[in-house]
Amino acid sequence: MASAGAEAVLTVEGLRAYYQTSTFGIEREVRAVDGVSLHIQPNEIYGLAGESSCGKTTLVKAIAAAIRPPLRVLGGSVAYRFGDRRVSLYDLDAEELAAIRWKHLSYIMQGSMSVLNPLRRVRSSFVDFAFRHIGKPMPEFIGIVEAHLERLHLQPSVLDAYPHELSGGMRQRVTIALATVCRPNFIAADEPTTALDVVVQKSVLAMIRESQRAMGASMMFVTHDMAVHANLSDRLGIMYAGRLVEEGTTAEVFRRPAHPYTAHLIASLPRIGDALTREGLGGAPPNLADPPPGCRFHPRCPLAMEVCRREAPEMAWISDTHRVACFAANVEAAP
Amino acid sequence: MSEPLLEVRSIVRTFARGGLLAGHPFRAVDGVSFRLEADRPEIFTIVGESGSGKTTLARMILAMVTPTEGSIRFQGTNLAGIRRRRDRLAFMRQVQPIFQNPFEAFNPLKRVDRYLLMSARRFRGARGAEVESAADRALRDVGLSLAEVKGRFPHELSGGQLQRIAVARALISRPALIVADEPVSMVDASLRMSIVNLFKVLRDEHKVSIIYITHDLGTAYYISDRILIMHEGRAVESGDARTVLDNPQHPYSILLKSAVLSPDPAAREETLAT
Repeated sequence: MASAGAEAVLTVEGLRAYYQTSTFGIEREVRAVDGVSLHIQPNEIYGLAGESSCGKTTLVKAIAAAIRPPLRVLGGSVAYRFGDRRVSLYDLDAEELAAIRWKHLSYIMQGSMSVLNPLRRVRSSFVDFAFRHIGKPMPEFIGIVEAHLERLHLQPSVLDAYPHELSGGMRQRVTIALATVCRPNFIAADEPTTALDVVVQKSVLAMIRESQRAMGASMMFVTHDMAVHANLSDRLGIMYAGRLVEEGTTAEVFRRPAHPYTAHLIASLPRIGDALTREGLGGAPPNLADPPPGCRFHPRCPLAMEVCRREAPEMAWISDTHRVACFAANVEAAP
Repeated sequence: MSEPLLEVRSIVRTFARGGLLAGHPFRAVDGVSFRLEADRPEIFTIVGESGSGKTTLARMILAMVTPTEGSIRFQGTNLAGIRRRRDRLAFMRQVQPIFQNPFEAFNPLKRVDRYLLMSARRFRGARGAEVESAADRALRDVGLSLAEVKGRFPHELSGGQLQRIAVARALISRPALIVADEPVSMVDASLRMSIVNLFKVLRDEHKVSIIYITHDLGTAYYISDRILIMHEGRAVESGDARTVLDNPQHPYSILLKSAVLSPDPAAREETLAT
C-alpha cells in the first residue's frame, strides 16, 4: 500500500478546517476541508485538483500552518518528518513554528506575483525571509542567494530590482526562488502559474520541477488546471466540496478515472486536434455552508444511487496506489 | 447582402505610456484587419497572450474605445460616426458584450433579474407583461428560467449560472454580434464546456456571430470557425481555425501551440524538459 506512513514526509489524518463566523449572533460554519487524509512521500509532487471553492486553498493553508481566523482547524492532525525529526504542526508554539517555516516548510501563496513588497528591493525580501534560517554572515548569505538564483536561471541583478520592474513571469520566478532558497523539505504551492500566459507558464513549471528534483523536496502543487497536473504531478488527489474523492498516480487517474467527477473533468478537457462534442456537467457546485447529505456529488452525479443520497462514501483502495470515495466505483464499500 | 456584418480595416490604437515628459506612445493594437460576413454566422476567435491587444480590440469593436487610426464599420455604419444617443442604442441593440468575470460584471447589490428586465425595456421597448416574458425566453435559451433567478443576488448563483445569465442578457436585444472577452476563464472546469457549447447553439440556432476572445487554444480549436492570432498588437496569423491550429505557420503561432500543455500524462517527460 502507498500509505507507508513511516516514510512519508507529510501525513495528514482526518483534517477538518472550517471557517466559523458569528456576526450579530448568526453562527455560520463553512466546512471547507472536511475529513481529509493523505500522505506525501519524499521527492514527490502531489497534485491537488478541484474547482474553485472546493477547499483546495484551505487545505494548503492548513498544512502550511497559515491558519488565520475565521479559519480554524477543528480536528485531525498534520505531521511532518524533516530528516529524522518528526513534528506535529498543531502542537508547536509560535517560536518553534517560525523556526521551521521557510527552512523546512515553505509556501508559495496564491497570487504570489503580488506578494513581494512593492516598496523594497527584491534583495530585502530575501534578507527578511531567509537570512535567519541560513545563519551565515551577510556577504556569504548574498553569495548563497546569488548562486541559488543562477541555478534557477535568474540573473543575480534581479536582487537590485523593485517588483514593478519585473514582469509577471519574473516575479513568479523570484517568489519560487524565495521559497526554495533555504532548500526546504516540503513546499506547498497554491496555483503558482494560474495568472501566467501559456508560454511563460510552461517555463515556470519546468523551473519548479527542476528545482524540486534537484533538492529532492516534496511538494503539494495545487491547481484547477488538469493539463498542468498531467505534466507535473507524480500523484494526484481530486477534491470535491471539501473532501478528497479520488487519489492515485497521475497516469492511473488520467487513464482510469474511478470517480464520476474525475471522469467528467478529464473527459471534458478540450484538446487541439480533437473537436468531438464535449458536455458540461449539470447542476451547480455545492454550497459548503450547507452541503448536500450523503455523497456531496450525488445531485450532479450521472451514476447516483439511492444509497448516495443517505450515506457518504469513505475512501477505499481499488488498487495498490489508487483509492476512491464512490459507491458506484467501489461496489464492496456500498452497504 | 454585400454589406459585411463587421469590417475592421487596419485599426491602430495607441496609449501614452510613461510620464508626461518621458512618455512615448504604445501601440496596443497595430494595424489589424478582418471582416465578418452578414449572411454567414460564425465563431471568430481572437487568441493571444496577455498584453497582445485582444481586449483593446474588443473594446474598439464595442465602440467603448475609439481607434487612433483605421475604421470599424458595422453593417456599413462607421462606429466613429455614432454620436447621438439614438444611434448608440441602435448599435448596442445589435452588438452585445459578455465579459470575463461574471462576479465583477454584475453589481453585487443588485438583483440579477433587474439586468434582464432593464435590457428588455431599453432594447426591446417591451412594456408590462412583455418584459418578463422576453427575459424568460432569453433565459430559457441558455437553460435557465426566470423563476430560478428572480430576486436572486449574484452571490447566490454560481459562476457558470451568472455567465449564462450574462449570455441571456446579451440575447434579449436579439443582437447580430456578441463580443465575448474571455468568457470562460473564470468559470469552473465542470461548467466551462456547457458555456462553450452554448455559443455553438447561438451560432446555429439564433444565427448570431460571435467574436470569442481567449488565450485557451483548446476551447478555441473546439468551437471556432475562423481564428486570428495576435502578438504585440499585430495579427500574425489568421484563417480557418482547424487549419491554423493543426499546422501553424508563423513562428509565434508555433511557439504558442507548443506551449499548450497536453492533458495526457504519457507525453509529459518531453513537455517540461529544460
